[in-house]
Amino acid sequence: MRNITIIAVASALLTGAALIYAAPALSQDSMAPAAEANAAGATPIKGDAVFKAFHGKEGIDRIIDDFVIRITTDPRISERFKNANLLRLRLELKDQVCYLVGGPCTYTGKDMKTSHAGMNLRNNDFNALAEDLQFSMDKEHVSFSAQNRLIAKLAPMQHAIVTK
Amino acid sequence: MKSYKTFMYLPMAAFGLAIASTAMADDQPAAPAANDVVGDPNAPVSHFDSGRLLLTQGISNIEGASGGGLATWATISGYGTRDAIGGNVHFSYVGTPQYGLKDYGIAIGFFDRLELSYTRENFDTGKTGGYLGLGQGFTFNQDVYGAKLKLFGDAIYDQNTVLPQVAVGVQYKHNDKAAIIQAVGGKHNDGTDFYIAATKVFLDQSLVVDTTLRFTKANQTGLLGFGGDRNDSYRPEFEGSIGYLVTKKLVIGAEFRTKPNNLGFAKEDHWYDVFAAYTLNKHLSVAAAYTDLGSIATFKGQRGVFLSLQAGL
Repeated sequence: MRNITIIAVASALLTGAALIYAAPALSQDSMAPAAEANAAGATPIKGDAVFKAFHGKEGIDRIIDDFVIRITTDPRISERFKNANLLRLRLELKDQVCYLVGGPCTYTGKDMKTSHAGMNLRNNDFNALAEDLQFSMDKEHVSFSAQNRLIAKLAPMQHAIVTK
Repeated sequence: MKSYKTFMYLPMAAFGLAIASTAMADDQPAAPAANDVVGDPNAPVSHFDSGRLLLTQGISNIEGASGGGLATWATISGYGTRDAIGGNVHFSYVGTPQYGLKDYGIAIGFFDRLELSYTRENFDTGKTGGYLGLGQGFTFNQDVYGAKLKLFGDAIYDQNTVLPQVAVGVQYKHNDKAAIIQAVGGKHNDGTDFYIAATKVFLDQSLVVDTTLRFTKANQTGLLGFGGDRNDSYRPEFEGSIGYLVTKKLVIGAEFRTKPNNLGFAKEDHWYDVFAAYTLNKHLSVAAAYTDLGSIATFKGQRGVFLSLQAGL
């Protein structure tokens, strides 16, 4: 009886996972159009609790200012930003993060796939940037659970951004 | 016999010391080459990039695989991204009123896809060995050789789907006390476990969840042999973990693992634990758990503390 229960539960879990994997609606290709329809790369968080946890626009400004300093001095990825327009990057990141965490902002930059095209980015680059963002959010004393809400929005962008 | 042990332990200890010695240093990644440009496809790639995020390799459990303390997860050991190789050495100890279990091992992760591991377990019956008629300090030694292959999914990146990271694995286990195993009703002193694991991080809830299905004949994970007078066929067993990500360095959680009951002489119980794992940096982590291992070889109430140290890259 116990064994049947274990097999049934485990089979259900594995079948569920397999069906989800097989379902074309969840394939990477069909996800891409939905994400690109929204240039910011993800739908925003609902409500304003996370926006408040980021200390509003002022907090996000401080985070991004600190973040851009980090990524342009992080030996792992700093060379990527050698020719970047840092002022524009700063402004667009502020808009993007503000929008994603539920703030009253609009993102007017390019979509994630286009803006990173041709850079041959790897997971190592993507993760390095995520770690730098975590340091900046830590410095602003954003709670870890609120940080994870934003990272939950950013993480799937790996599919569009990492091309190598 | 002694020289064989030295041959095994020395490289592991050397590797561990080498890695641990970097643990106290700041994580300063190597500078890129001078002719690097944005998007240069010839940019140097480090094959030891330690590029995965903190905590994403789990800890090494007693069978030496990446996971929680009791459950084996779908994660791959080491911090290497899919472009790199990583790994670790670990040492763990769990002490219960009647027994002590030590284990140490090495695991290597290849390209966030394949994990190979070797672990040596020493199950010391202490004074209880005397009561069991084995002799005081009687120790069962088990070698566990593991291979795990990630099939699909990414526990971290796949936040906008319910799809987990899924891996399958095998663990070949060999226990050196064949005669005693036979004496207590065990059928074999070696055996192979097969498992499939599904692991996912739910960042919106700051949770890591694992569910694993294991096909095994092992008694007390092999420490008392494989198969028994009550049953000598493969049974499906379940193990799982739920962890809460407190900070980027600290996870706390609980685990559960079902066990077969193959031996007539001694009932075997399901295992539970509550755990905390702390990663100092990508080179050093520690874990502690309070675990309930139930009844082992007729002695009930085997609850105790589990401590583990892991060093790697």
